[in-house]
Amino acid sequence: MLRSRQEQRRAWWQASPAAIWLGLFFLAPLALIVLYSLQSRANDGTVLWTWTWANYAQLMRDSAFWRTLWLSIWIAVVVTAITLVISYPLAYFIATRPRRWRIVLLFGIMIPFWTNFLVRIYAWKVLLGNAGVINQLLEGLGMQPLNLINSRLAVILALIYGELPYMVLPLYAALERFDHTQMEAAYDLGANHWRAFRRVMLPQTMAGITAGAILVFIPTVGTFAVSDILGGTEGFMIGNLLDLHFRTTPNWPYGSAISMIFMLMLLGAIWLYFRVTKEVPDGENPG
Amino acid sequence: MNPHGPAANPVWAVELNHVTKTFHGTAAVCDVNLRIADGEFFSLLGPSGCGKTTLLRMIAGFEAPSDGSIIIGGTSVGDMPPHRRDVNTVFQSYALFPHLSVRENVAFGLQMKGVPKAEIATRVQAALELVQLPGFGDRKPRQLSGGQQQRVALARAVINRPKVLLLDEPLAALDLKLRKEMQIELKMLQERLGITFIFVTHDQEEALSLSDRIAVMNHGSVLQVGPPAEIYERPLTQFVADFIGECNFLPGRVTAISDGIAEVETSSALRISGTAPQPVAPGDQVMIAIRPEKVRLIEGERPSISNAFPVQIERVAYIGSDTRIIVRLPDGSSFDVWESNTISTLDPAAYYAAGDKAWLTWTPQNALVLTE
Repeated sequence: MLRSRQEQRRAWWQASPAAIWLGLFFLAPLALIVLYSLQSRANDGTVLWTWTWANYAQLMRDSAFWRTLWLSIWIAVVVTAITLVISYPLAYFIATRPRRWRIVLLFGIMIPFWTNFLVRIYAWKVLLGNAGVINQLLEGLGMQPLNLINSRLAVILALIYGELPYMVLPLYAALERFDHTQMEAAYDLGANHWRAFRRVMLPQTMAGITAGAILVFIPTVGTFAVSDILGGTEGFMIGNLLDLHFRTTPNWPYGSAISMIFMLMLLGAIWLYFRVTKEVPDGENPG
Repeated sequence: MNPHGPAANPVWAVELNHVTKTFHGTAAVCDVNLRIADGEFFSLLGPSGCGKTTLLRMIAGFEAPSDGSIIIGGTSVGDMPPHRRDVNTVFQSYALFPHLSVRENVAFGLQMKGVPKAEIATRVQAALELVQLPGFGDRKPRQLSGGQQQRVALARAVINRPKVLLLDEPLAALDLKLRKEMQIELKMLQERLGITFIFVTHDQEEALSLSDRIAVMNHGSVLQVGPPAEIYERPLTQFVADFIGECNFLPGRVTAISDGIAEVETSSALRISGTAPQPVAPGDQVMIAIRPEKVRLIEGERPSISNAFPVQIERVAYIGSDTRIIVRLPDGSSFDVWESNTISTLDPAAYYAAGDKAWLTWTPQNALVLTE
């Protein structure tokens, strides 16, 4: 509760760096994108300043856009789901070790990420390439080489690898806070492992799952470097489409319209996520 | 129901046979044999780290014994998981589910058993009334005081009508006054429900006042099992005598035995006669144990009884119900004496003062000759 006008003024003054930062680096670029998306493209590729809804109208009919958007969301959902399934037991394992081991294990998860991001993606190219490590191994064993590179599989694998720590850390934080005696209490009251997990541990670690899922889903759905290097035409995602319109073609107004629709879809997806997870087991339904 | 009578129950509520638990080569529980009767209030008493909690966790099924067998209600539980055992636990930390309301916490066990919803509702209400928390059903555990959380933990366990209720230091987190209240409530609850209670505590007073029988543990072993008075009046070892209540100890050697009274000569040449709860023979090294409230100080001439020693009063502390006096024996060792303040007086002359001389006496029944 703010008591005086003076205090109120001071509060504003203290918050102003954050406000300036937000305005300069977040609101202004966003306004710019909205502005661009309502213009059209001149023949030389520059922006032609004429107010129009044409970009949005064209987007609605652009099947390539919708296919790319759908593929991006599909890949991001798969990556987020698999990362969650791998990370939860991993985070649980780390959180239930003795204290000094937890630090060592968390460190172990982060160390690979001190290497440059692009270097790590190229490492996957070396692993999965047609003359890569895996295929050389297969040939050495007298088997047919596999086409691993330039595929959705390659993109998904590399994304799971890259996003894992962003899922493990919030889950670890949630599981470390969790009082594990509660699981014993649940068993004691007749719950088997699954029901104890679903009714006691899962609801209390839901915040960690949500944080992890958002931290993984957002960068994944908008990725462009990973799909560019490992995806080929099969892994062409929304990030690559934007890259095409802002760099190659260029058509900034159309690219801006794609950005806007994409962002609205993401906000919708997150809103839906919160709606659904709010109804997750919280007691009323008797197992 | 008589838990002490021979074969009152052909089937014991809980039977432990040679139960042993080793962690990384060290024995936390060592060859424990216990038979706990139906409806009995049974306490496991010992200092922290004595193995009492490990023993309780083995009965609950959270730990598997390294050796020996556990039988609950006539069924060997072997490697039966905790959720199939007919026991419930009240945890020291309560382990209430913070994301569920009080009502949902209490209903948890019945929901797991698939009890119909309508029945759950009435039984939850009854359980909350039993622990005097009707009307608290919609609160979350964090909105309750420690004592109230404790009651919810109790309700959550007893609502399942288990054969045996396991309580792991359930009152340890409460302040003294609340603890005393909860002790009485716990005892009344147990008598009303007729459920067997196995109660782990390190508080000897709590164990004495609540239990039908007590098992005193140390270093993973059960040293003595018996009703509270027997544990207090007839401890078999120095550890039990020392852990339960206060005690004076004098080391010595048995010189003669007659009519069940052992004559002991202490290292400082005092000759004491006492009772040996376990057989001793002349020449044995023993420990004389004498409780401070079981001796008397007499002024004047030497009294004509066998145990009478001239002492000097060292310190006098008036503590209301008692006066606690430290005296010095002829050999120089100090000895605690508690005198009950049976007469109400403000006259300081009614009490001893430091430097006074007196005779310290006790009857042979009150001096225990212990072998360990």
